[in-house]
Amino acid sequence: MDNNGYSADSSPLPPPALRWLPVWRRNYRVWLKLVGPALMGNFGEPLLYLLALGYGLGTFVGTIGHLPYLVFLASGMVCSSAMNTASFEGLYSAFTRMDVQKTWDAMLTTPLSVPDIVLGEAIWAATKGLISSTAIMVVAALLGAVADWWALLALPVIFLTGFCFAAMALVVTAVARNYDFFMYYNTLLMTPMMLIGSVFFPLQEMPAAIQWLAWSLPLIHTVELVRPLMTGLPLEQIWLHLLVLAGYSAAFLALAIRLCERRLLA
Amino acid sequence: MPATVINANRLTKRYGVHTVLDAVDVEVQAGECWGLLGPNGAGKTTLLRMVIGATPPSLGQLQVLGYPIPAQATSMRRRIGVVPQKDNLDPDFTVVENLRTYASYFGLKGPVLERRLEELLAFAALESRRNAPISTLSGGMQRRLSLIRALLNEPELLILDEPTTGLDPQARQVLWQRLRALRGRGMTLVLTTHYMEEAQRLCDRVTILDQGRILETGPPQELIRKYIEPQVVEVYGVGLDDWHRTVAASLVERSERVGETMFYYAHDERALLAALNQQPELTYLHRPANLEDVFVKLTGRELRDGQ
Repeated sequence: MDNNGYSADSSPLPPPALRWLPVWRRNYRVWLKLVGPALMGNFGEPLLYLLALGYGLGTFVGTIGHLPYLVFLASGMVCSSAMNTASFEGLYSAFTRMDVQKTWDAMLTTPLSVPDIVLGEAIWAATKGLISSTAIMVVAALLGAVADWWALLALPVIFLTGFCFAAMALVVTAVARNYDFFMYYNTLLMTPMMLIGSVFFPLQEMPAAIQWLAWSLPLIHTVELVRPLMTGLPLEQIWLHLLVLAGYSAAFLALAIRLCERRLLA
Repeated sequence: MPATVINANRLTKRYGVHTVLDAVDVEVQAGECWGLLGPNGAGKTTLLRMVIGATPPSLGQLQVLGYPIPAQATSMRRRIGVVPQKDNLDPDFTVVENLRTYASYFGLKGPVLERRLEELLAFAALESRRNAPISTLSGGMQRRLSLIRALLNEPELLILDEPTTGLDPQARQVLWQRLRALRGRGMTLVLTTHYMEEAQRLCDRVTILDQGRILETGPPQELIRKYIEPQVVEVYGVGLDDWHRTVAASLVERSERVGETMFYYAHDERALLAALNQQPELTYLHRPANLEDVFVKLTGRELRDGQ
């Protein structure tokens, strides 16, 4: 351990654009340690819900549009699961690392900086969203609720959706004092968005104000892309939906970085 | 490597109307161990956070290893190690997983990393615990793990915020021995501490900070000679006040009462000790002056509660 053999210029630090990667990898390694129960939940929960609601409720509902209720619901749950999983990771898990375990503080004594950490957390949360949505899609396919292989094109949309909700969640985490604070976000934004996001039932019969509200939020744009891709219906206004998701993602990522810098670098 | 490792000029930090650091000048030379002492709320942690680029100064200039801070803090942090005040080891990982993960933040991998892991586990006497979960380590082991984690990138400057707070005396001795070994290899050490004995043993130079201002800087022995008479006798017991008034006050240069104890400071303590030997109800401790006497003289006796 002599100091002389080491010069800073030979340090194999990744280029700035890839410095989020060690943050992502750290979370991935922790996830791997508990991969068994994690995947059990990812596959088991949607299977139970799809069976119970899809067949149970589906018997009363019949079809929505031309889709059997199970098919309608499965594509909706793929979307809401990306939202819920990425949000939970960006709220509770990120807050634990930031405030309780001080994992971010440790990272900030290394060459990593706040944008690296926030970006790494967002991409990780999006990855978890992708895992859980993929599990639901597999379950849906086994139940015959996926039309064809075009459904795989939904996965990039799912990843973008996870990233979008992770960025929004990290903004909330950046200003949170404790876990209880997240209940405001969950109750006032997440739950309403899921209920009017065309996940469980279509929006057409709702009042105009509700429809207007739903279209101003990101989730329904995911559903409008993913449901046709999974069921073989025609896709419409692709770029509009992608633009809304990308716009939310960029704006909230920038805000999350700004607020985390204000909190951590005071 | 520049001869001056830390160069701070008129560093100031204000939060609203509250001034935490007030025009602080610091110069730390390569290879020295510099101690930052001060009561709770003196501004020690703020100053350390500034040095690693985690807190931007309100005013003043700061260079660390030649880099302007905070502008180039990321580049500078490749070359320093930080041991935080509270261990922030990853509870989900084992000892060696903690080291590997932290190393990845520096982009360290491959045979270079493997060699360093073995060297550092041996240095911290943690080889047999390499696969142990963090929760099974003692406080002293966790601190040693935090220390070698900060050494993974072979830093030129090692920053330690209260490295032995909360450790038992044996664990503290072990850590001191490791820090002396690092200083022996030419590493520059910066540490804050509440323990004056620690500062006196480890530091070439100390700076005493109070209410955001530097009160004094110098080698511990020099400061002791400058401020305190060489002999100190602490006395307590029944009848202390009467005995002090009638006998002791005239036998020494200086005395001070703290709680139930009188502190007597003298160049020649023999008369006082002779008088004390006539007073069996009084208990006394005779010792050489130390850094704690300097610290207390400069920062006062009143209790400081952290803010």
